[in-house]
Amino acid sequence: MTELAANDPLPKPKRDIAPILLPIALALLMIPLIGSTSSWLTLTAASLAMGMMIFIMASGLTLVFGLMDVLNFGHGAFIAVGAYVATLVLAPFAASIQADSLWMNLAVLAPAALLSMAVSGALGLVVERVLILPVYGQHLKQILMTTGGLIVAEQTLYALWGPQIIPMPLPTSLRGSFILGDVAIAKYRVLAMLIGLAIFIAIQLVLNRSKLGLLIRAGVENREMVEALGYRIRRLFLGVFMTGSALAGLGGVMWALYREQVHASMSDDLTVLIFIVVIIGGLGSIGGCFIGAILVAMVANYGGFLVPKLALVSNILLMVAILMWRPRGLYAVTSR
Amino acid sequence: MMILSGDPPRSRVLTLVLVLIILALAATPFLFPGAKALNVAAKICVFAALVASYDLLLGYTGSVSFAHTMFYGIGSYAIAIALYGMGPNWAAVATGIVVGLPLAALLALAIGLFSLRVAAIFFAMITLAVASAFQVLASQLSWLTGGEDGRSFQLPELLRPGTVLISKSLFGFEVNGRILTFYLVFAVSALMILALLRVVNSPFGRVLQAIRENRFRAEALGFRTVFHLTYANCLAALVAAGAGILNALWLRYAGPDTSLSFSIMLDILLMVVIGGMGTIYGAIIGASIFILAQNYLQSLMGVASTAASEAGLPLLPGLLHPDRWLLWLGLLFIASVYFFPTGVVGRLRNPAGDKNGGSSH
Repeated sequence: MTELAANDPLPKPKRDIAPILLPIALALLMIPLIGSTSSWLTLTAASLAMGMMIFIMASGLTLVFGLMDVLNFGHGAFIAVGAYVATLVLAPFAASIQADSLWMNLAVLAPAALLSMAVSGALGLVVERVLILPVYGQHLKQILMTTGGLIVAEQTLYALWGPQIIPMPLPTSLRGSFILGDVAIAKYRVLAMLIGLAIFIAIQLVLNRSKLGLLIRAGVENREMVEALGYRIRRLFLGVFMTGSALAGLGGVMWALYREQVHASMSDDLTVLIFIVVIIGGLGSIGGCFIGAILVAMVANYGGFLVPKLALVSNILLMVAILMWRPRGLYAVTSR
Repeated sequence: MMILSGDPPRSRVLTLVLVLIILALAATPFLFPGAKALNVAAKICVFAALVASYDLLLGYTGSVSFAHTMFYGIGSYAIAIALYGMGPNWAAVATGIVVGLPLAALLALAIGLFSLRVAAIFFAMITLAVASAFQVLASQLSWLTGGEDGRSFQLPELLRPGTVLISKSLFGFEVNGRILTFYLVFAVSALMILALLRVVNSPFGRVLQAIRENRFRAEALGFRTVFHLTYANCLAALVAAGAGILNALWLRYAGPDTSLSFSIMLDILLMVVIGGMGTIYGAIIGASIFILAQNYLQSLMGVASTAASEAGLPLLPGLLHPDRWLLWLGLLFIASVYFFPTGVVGRLRNPAGDKNGGSSH
């Protein structure tokens, strides 16, 4: 221990970079295994795009857990709701979607995404007030309540839209790929990457550079202390919950466009994927969630290319491997 | 009282309801003619045992597992694959049992050792992930499991509907292999539920409840909680696999939709919560309510839906559509977690609704 003079800045916490290196190492390791550089670049781009979309959906879940110890098993419902709401806007304006003009496409896509975020955010408000508030602090009941919420949400979607799969075509200007030499990177994936990265940076900025973020981070570390200092952590939590739900809705729209279809059962499949990401990243950690999402997407893409049979269980294997290395996830949040 | 392990229903109404359900199930082949009634009764028996085994986990140890259908599926598939591969004989049935039950127990042991050390939430998420991987695996290994189509198979001679054991002329009822299979399902389910009742009322069951109430304190008292939880997980998996075997024997089929899908997991959750967690008897009540609703509420809702659409009401026809029955049960589920967490059984035992009377937290 060295003595600190009064004017010295506080010692910076040690940065743990091993998890950051992990996806980079994995990507580099794959170059010789895959062989051709062009398919490696395509696969890596695909992984990054998929990872960003998963991150958008999972970020809310991990923050909500970190801040308030609430695990929302119905988080997948927000994803499905977001996707369905987007069809409300996209279907009537199918003509503008078909038009071969980026601006006309975006003029429809952007309001659709915003509406989805608004609706799933509002739904988040209702869910938090009706389902989570009464069972606050009781894990078992939280799991049961939110699972019940998932059932009801899914069935309501079926009741409103019918059980069939709804096609959701990509806008014309986002179809196709950018061709660089012999590397093809789908345009939509680039857009997904940009949006995901923007959201990650925005979340990091809010968390690390604003007073709100300071309170959220403090709440993750020690909830009672923040409350004792006079901040209404419940209101803060509600805000985080709604933001997380809205992000899940946005992720739902992006995922639906990626798959070019909407179905209520998408919430089930994605819930599992998101849980794996959140566990890998360490419950409550945004950075871990980001890396976890990229890792899961990489394993899915590389694995699907190299050993298609293994792709089915690759996520589980990844989770087991990570948990062997760090039993509480990549970045364990200290207080839990 | 010996047979109930000293844990009677403790409520006159509950006893009456249980006796009625059991008598009705036992007499179904003679009281309610037709294949549908018999199917419903057999399904209630199988699910009562399955839900009771889930109650051992959820109600007595307080850990939420989403992998229970996996064990159920292992049982179903083991017997189906054995009978499909080895032909309809008793050796195949025995093989299915000998392979299926230990496999389920071993997998439960592995999951338990891996994830029961940590918080309940972690266990829930891990089981969800493992179960979904298993589901994909089962549908992809089509050379073994038949993929999405599943495996249909023939039962041994004695259990086939064509086998007439007691002809109609004797009592006015024909007792055939199908009815014999039904009683096999009924008897084995009943035995498994009684065995579970024995388990939860043993000193081991007490420890489980202690862990549920306060894991830290139970550990401080010197109980190895991970051992107890893993043991309970294995027992529950064994019974679930047993229920899966019965289910496959009854349906003469095992496939992803009937034995592995995530919706069955949700059904089990609904049944155990509506019936009453931590009571075992709740499983019988919950399974009966749920499966009767599944089979008969739909036609009722169909009538209501057409009435609503004829009256020109918006939205209601869709919400009341027969396929949306799960919506209403989901709402009932949320309401029951919130308002009466001890379920129907808890309500009947403690009609005053004393909040401290319930045992679940």
